[in-house]
Amino acid sequence: MNIKEIQIPTFLKRIFNGRNTVISIPYLWLLFLFLFPFIIVLKISFAQPVLAMPPYTDLLKWGESWWPTIQASFDSYLFLFSDSLYIHAYLSSLKIAIISTILTLIIGYSIAYSVAKAPTQWRAILLMLIILPFWTSFLIRVYAWIGILKTEGLLNLALTTIGIIDKPLIIMNTDLAVYIGIVYSYLPFMILPLYANLEKMDMSLLEAAADLGCRPLKTFWTVTIPLSLPGILAGCFLVFIPVMGEFVIPDLLGGSETLMIGKVLWGEFFYNRDWPVASAVAIILLAILVVPIMFYQKSQEKAIS
Amino acid sequence: MKNKIKYLLIASVLTCSAQIAVAAAEEKVVHVLNWSDYIDEQVLTNFTDATGIKVVYDVFDSNEVLEAKLLAGGSGYDVVVPSASFLARQIQAGVFQKLDKSKLSNIGNMWDDVEERVAQFGPLNDYSVNWHWGTTGIGYNEGMINERMENAPTDSLAMIFDPDVVSKFADCGVHFLNAPTEIIPAALLYIGEDPKSTDTEVIKKAEGVLAKVRPYIQKFHSSQYIDSLANGDICLVVGWSGDIFMAQYAAWDAENDVEIVYAIPKEGAVIWFDQLAIPKDAPHPDNAHEFINFIMIPEQIAIATNYVWYANGNLASQAFLDEELLNDPAVYPTPEVLEGLYTVPTYDAATQRVLTRTWTKITTGY
Repeated sequence: MNIKEIQIPTFLKRIFNGRNTVISIPYLWLLFLFLFPFIIVLKISFAQPVLAMPPYTDLLKWGESWWPTIQASFDSYLFLFSDSLYIHAYLSSLKIAIISTILTLIIGYSIAYSVAKAPTQWRAILLMLIILPFWTSFLIRVYAWIGILKTEGLLNLALTTIGIIDKPLIIMNTDLAVYIGIVYSYLPFMILPLYANLEKMDMSLLEAAADLGCRPLKTFWTVTIPLSLPGILAGCFLVFIPVMGEFVIPDLLGGSETLMIGKVLWGEFFYNRDWPVASAVAIILLAILVVPIMFYQKSQEKAIS
Repeated sequence: MKNKIKYLLIASVLTCSAQIAVAAAEEKVVHVLNWSDYIDEQVLTNFTDATGIKVVYDVFDSNEVLEAKLLAGGSGYDVVVPSASFLARQIQAGVFQKLDKSKLSNIGNMWDDVEERVAQFGPLNDYSVNWHWGTTGIGYNEGMINERMENAPTDSLAMIFDPDVVSKFADCGVHFLNAPTEIIPAALLYIGEDPKSTDTEVIKKAEGVLAKVRPYIQKFHSSQYIDSLANGDICLVVGWSGDIFMAQYAAWDAENDVEIVYAIPKEGAVIWFDQLAIPKDAPHPDNAHEFINFIMIPEQIAIATNYVWYANGNLASQAFLDEELLNDPAVYPTPEVLEGLYTVPTYDAATQRVLTRTWTKITTGY
C-alpha cells in the first residue's frame, strides 16, 4: 500500500497547522490558568457558607429532572455594600497602590534613564545589579527590611552613631515601612520596561531639539517623556496591579492599622470561614482592576495604529 | 553456572515480591503539620530511627490558616495539631477520623485531668490526643518596664487593658496576638463580663475596652513577637506562654541583657489545648497512628516539652521533665491558678462574623 494514499482531511490540516498550534498555546494558558480559576471563584461567590468540606453550598443541585437547579445567592455581594469596611479597604488599597506607583515611577525612571544613558559596556552590569536581588527569595528580602527598619535596627543604629538623631525613628510597623517595602520590591518591574523603552530611543531627536534651541529640561519633558510613555504605562501597570492586592508586605512591615483589601480578604477567608464573601471581595477587586487594564489596552492599540 | 542463574532468578523474584509487599503497605512517610517552633527536631529523628518512617514536617502559625487548609480538603497531611476549640468545629464539619485506639498502645500515659478539660469542647478524645497545652498571658521585658513604671501591675489584666498603664510602654513597643478569639474574651473578663460569652452584644463591648489602649499597641501579630521580645525591640506582649518562654531563652542565649518574664493575669486567662489529630483524607493513616503512638512515649514527648517549655498532656512524662519546668507555676499552674483559667468557646458562623468585625474595627479603626 502506498503511504500517500492515506489522506488527512483538509479541514483537519487547516486546523492543526503550525501557525494555529503556536497561537493556541497562550490561549490554552489563559484558559487553564486564568479562566478556569476565575470561574471557580465566581461560582463560590454565588454560594452560601456552611460548616462542611468544602465550606460552601453547591451551586448546582441535581434533582429528579435531567437539568440541575441553580441555587445562586447574591447575599455575599449585597453584604459587601452593607458594611462600609469594604469600601474603605478598597479605597485605602487604591491610595497605597497609587502612591507606591508614583514613588516607584520617580525612582525607577531616574535609574532606568541613567542605565540607558550609561556607556554600552556598563549597561549589562548595571542591569545585572537590578535583577540580582531577584535571586534571593522575596520573603527573605522583606525580612531583611525588618532588620534595617526596626527600632534597634541598622538604620537607627547608623543614624544615632553619626549623631543625626538621638532617639530612634519609629518606621517599622508604620505605613512608611509599607511604602519602603513596596517600592523596593516592585522597583525592577518599573525599571525593566522603562529601560527597554529608553534604550531604543533615537538620540538624534534629542540632538535635533537641542539644535533648535530647546533647553535640556524642556527637551526631557516635551521629547523624552512622551516618547517613553509606553514604557511608563507598562511599568505603572506592572506595579499598580499587584500592589492593589498586596498582602505579605503590609502584614510583615506594616502596623495593624494598615487597611488593605488583601488583609480584609484574608479575614473573610480565614477568620470568618466565609469563602463566598471572600470570593465576592476578589471578584470586585478584579472588576476594579479590569478598568485600568482596558485603558492600557486602548492606549496600546492607539500606539500601534 | 546453571545453578547460579537459577539462584539469581529466585533472588530477583523474591526481591520483586518483597517490593510488591511493601507497596501494598503504606509508603514509609508521614506528613506532619504543626505550629511553628513547637518541637525539638530530635523527636522526629528518633521516630525515623525507630520506625524507618520518614517525617515531612511543615509549620503554620494560626488556627485559622490550618482550618482553611483542612476545610478545602486534600491537604495531604497525616497529622495536624489544631487547638481544641477549633478542632471541635472541624470534627462537626467532618474533617477528622476517629483514632483507632487499638493502634495506640501508649495511650495509658495520658493525663486524665487534661482529657477531662478537653472533653468540655465535645467528643475530642475520640479524635485526638493532647500535644501540649498552655495559657495566653502577659510577657514583658523586665528592665524596660521597670524603667518606665514603678510597681507595674504585671500580674493583672490592667497591665494590658488600662490605658494609663499601657500608654507608659507605647514608646518601647507593645504587641498583641492577632487572635480575636483569645484577646476579645480577655477584654470581656477585664470589664467583668463572662469571657466565654457568645452574646454578640456582649462581644461588641470588647471594642470599647480595646479602643482605649489601641493607640499604644504597635501591632497585632501571632509569631513575630518571639524574636522582637528577645531582641529588645518590644517590651510588652499578650502572647502564648511557651512562645514567651522561647523569647526568654533566646535572650538568655544571646546574652543581650534582656530579661523576659511571663505572667498569668490573676483575673484569669485563656487555657488552650493543642491536639494531635488525623484528617479523614490522610494518605498514610497507619503511619499517622504510629507517629502519635510514638509521641505518647513519655521520654519522647519530654524531649519536646523540655525544649518548647509548654506543659504537656502526658502524665507519665513528668518524670522526665526538667525540675525547673515542672515546678514553674507559669508552665504547670498551681491548682488555684488553674481554677481561674477558662477555655474559649467554639463560635458559630454568625457570632464569629461579629467577633471578626469587632476585631477589624479594633485593629484598623474601620
